Amino acid sequence: MTNEMNDTCIKIENLNLHYGEKQALFNINMEIPRKKVTAYIGPSGCGKSTLLRSINRMNDLVDSARIDGKILLDGEDIYDKAVNVADLRRRVGMVFQKPNPFPKTIYENVAYGLRIQGVNDRRTLDEAVEKSLRGAALWDEVKDRLQDNALGMSGGQQQRLVIARAIAIEPDVMLLDEPASALDPISTLKIEELIHELKEKYTIVIVTHNMQQAARVSDYTAFMYMGDLIEFGETNDLFTNPTKKQTEDYITGRYG
Amino acid sequence: MIKDWFKSGAPWVWLNAAAVSTSIILVVGLLLLVAVRGLGHFWPADIVEYQYQEGDVEQTMVGELVDTSVMSAKMATESGYKLKAGKDALVQLLLKTGNRDVTGMDFRWIQQQNVLSQSKPEEMIVIERREWGNFYGRLQAVKESGKVIATGEQAWPVVLERIEQALEVFEQIEYLQKKEIGSINYSLERLRLKQKSLELKGDWTQQAQQQMAAKKAELDKEYQGYQKQLGTLYQTIRRDSLVAVEPGGSTLEIALESVVRVVRPNTMNVFSKFIHYGEKFVEFVSEDPREANTEGGIFPAIFGTVMMVMLMAVIVTPFGVIAAVYLREYAKQGFTTRLIRIAVNNLAGVPSIVYGVFGLGFFVYILGGNIDELFFPESSPAPVFGTPGLLWASLTLALLTLPVVIVSTEEGLSRVPKSIREGSLALGATKIETLWRTVLPMASPAMMTGLILAVARAAGEVAPLMLVGVVKLAPTLPMDGNFPFLHLDRKFMHLGFHIYDVGFQSPNVEAARPLVYATSLLLVMVIIGLNMFAISIRNNLREKFRALEGL
Repeated sequence: MTNEMNDTCIKIENLNLHYGEKQALFNINMEIPRKKVTAYIGPSGCGKSTLLRSINRMNDLVDSARIDGKILLDGEDIYDKAVNVADLRRRVGMVFQKPNPFPKTIYENVAYGLRIQGVNDRRTLDEAVEKSLRGAALWDEVKDRLQDNALGMSGGQQQRLVIARAIAIEPDVMLLDEPASALDPISTLKIEELIHELKEKYTIVIVTHNMQQAARVSDYTAFMYMGDLIEFGETNDLFTNPTKKQTEDYITGRYG
Repeated sequence: MIKDWFKSGAPWVWLNAAAVSTSIILVVGLLLLVAVRGLGHFWPADIVEYQYQEGDVEQTMVGELVDTSVMSAKMATESGYKLKAGKDALVQLLLKTGNRDVTGMDFRWIQQQNVLSQSKPEEMIVIERREWGNFYGRLQAVKESGKVIATGEQAWPVVLERIEQALEVFEQIEYLQKKEIGSINYSLERLRLKQKSLELKGDWTQQAQQQMAAKKAELDKEYQGYQKQLGTLYQTIRRDSLVAVEPGGSTLEIALESVVRVVRPNTMNVFSKFIHYGEKFVEFVSEDPREANTEGGIFPAIFGTVMMVMLMAVIVTPFGVIAAVYLREYAKQGFTTRLIRIAVNNLAGVPSIVYGVFGLGFFVYILGGNIDELFFPESSPAPVFGTPGLLWASLTLALLTLPVVIVSTEEGLSRVPKSIREGSLALGATKIETLWRTVLPMASPAMMTGLILAVARAAGEVAPLMLVGVVKLAPTLPMDGNFPFLHLDRKFMHLGFHIYDVGFQSPNVEAARPLVYATSLLLVMVIIGLNMFAISIRNNLREKFRALEGL
């Protein structure tokens, strides 16, 4: 493998996506670098979440969705027929906009993915749960109440629990779909700090409608508008020196 | 003014409140009526002795006052009653006089105007008998092997003591006959069937014959032993008898073998009446019926009802849940699924007797008949499953309640938020893993709701059961100590049908009426009990998955 391949984790080639008659993504091409944070910004309905959900094939759940083009994860097309969707989603974890812990104990929430994989050994689970909760900066807050129902936690804690749940299965890529939009500022800050730590180990793709957040947490930023990828580049360049008029208009707050 | 009042919404609030309170009053009133009428039956009533003159005939009458009716003088004369001068109403009393073996009837209407005098003599006794109903009269003597051992006032304690002994012996006899000899009979029947099946297969070899004969001999020997025991017990129980005088003056010898209980209600205080009441109530819920279901208990009916409902629940839950999961989670939503949903909902509206007919035609005759042909050729021509029985009744009711379970499970599944499903899928779970680990547990309270509704409906259903397995008197319970313990092919008794049978098919309507109420009360209590059980499970589940409301 070449050096360049190693740097690119996800390569999107000529991706078009239709919801029924309506086209939601137009010919997207981009390379998402490994172990960096890539942010998607853009106004509501521009297709950034759709693009994100294409990376772990969550759009398969929508009956009317039709995709052509390729998404290569480490050089393999994830839309290939031979790909097992469940295996893919194990490699590409996802955190949603609203915290969605299962109505189970904190422990069982984190252990869920491992149990799915057939891991039932108590010690292995214990270790994995602790490691994941530490990884999500939640361990100190919940270590004494692992057997409590996860729904009794605050929103910010729930979101970090969901992140812990995702890293418990040790994915390569983490997709974060507006992970802080339903949270208060302090929780948001914690999540952002967490993202900084997580990029040591994972390739992170984050969707956000908050440009300051994108500027704070990401290394690369993609600006999308009406299903088109308008501009993609290093975050600093994109915010200080946008090449496209639309990008400039958006980041200076002229629309969106 | 009035327009403002209407606009304020107050009349609607009043209307709603009135509707709610009417319903509550109706339900409470119904339960109260049933409870009072039914529970009063077990209270020991005083026995009244009447000096009674009808025309020129003067006679003594003894009995419990059961009912009174008052008729206006005008109506009474028009109906052909002769009213004594100065009376402005005809008062009639319904007496339970018992002594059916002497007088030929249990109840009599008498006119109060003809009563010369009435009293409550302390020495009056009531004998509850296994045959001929109650006896009312006076105790004269106690006999042992035909010889008088006590008379007059001394006879009373002796009778009590002897009856205690007799009841003990009777219990032993019952046990021997039902449990021990019953189980031998069951084994013999199985041996006979085995022999026949071997003969049919052509395996009826010398060796098999010898084995069979040896087993039979063993059982026979056991049987002889029990017979001998029974013989001695019968001798003991038949030794004692009591002599009593009935109100008409003639004496009667009653073997203690046929006595259930002797009491002197006129001497009882409230406390001992309560004890008597408790005994009678326990007898009612724990004993077999006697005298064409008009006396004794209704235990087999309670047992049959609960058993049938539980079996129904066990059958209907998986079926309904699987159907709902397929409809909601897997089937492509469209015209076909809509059609199926409409059909399912309409199934709930089909009259229950139609299900009974279907059960009889399909389950009993076709399914049962074929099962008999395939698996029980040895017992032909007697059917095993090709006749109404517990299994078919449960299946029929399961079919009847299937729509409720499907509908509420679907409801529950649709309430599980998409975000939870996505969360599970995003962790690499397949659809079926997501269903098993997350969606179904979260939908379980809704499933329980469906089950609660199903149980409530099934426990009260009578009409279809009459076609597919309920009988007025079942000799054996559907569950006992003989292998395979649960006998799905047996017929069973049911509280609902018992009410119908006692109320309408009884030879002794007056005697049966309180039992109808008592049985109704018990049926209601059984249904409430079953529902409470299901509701408590559901509430536990709800507590566990209370997330649903928050998300």
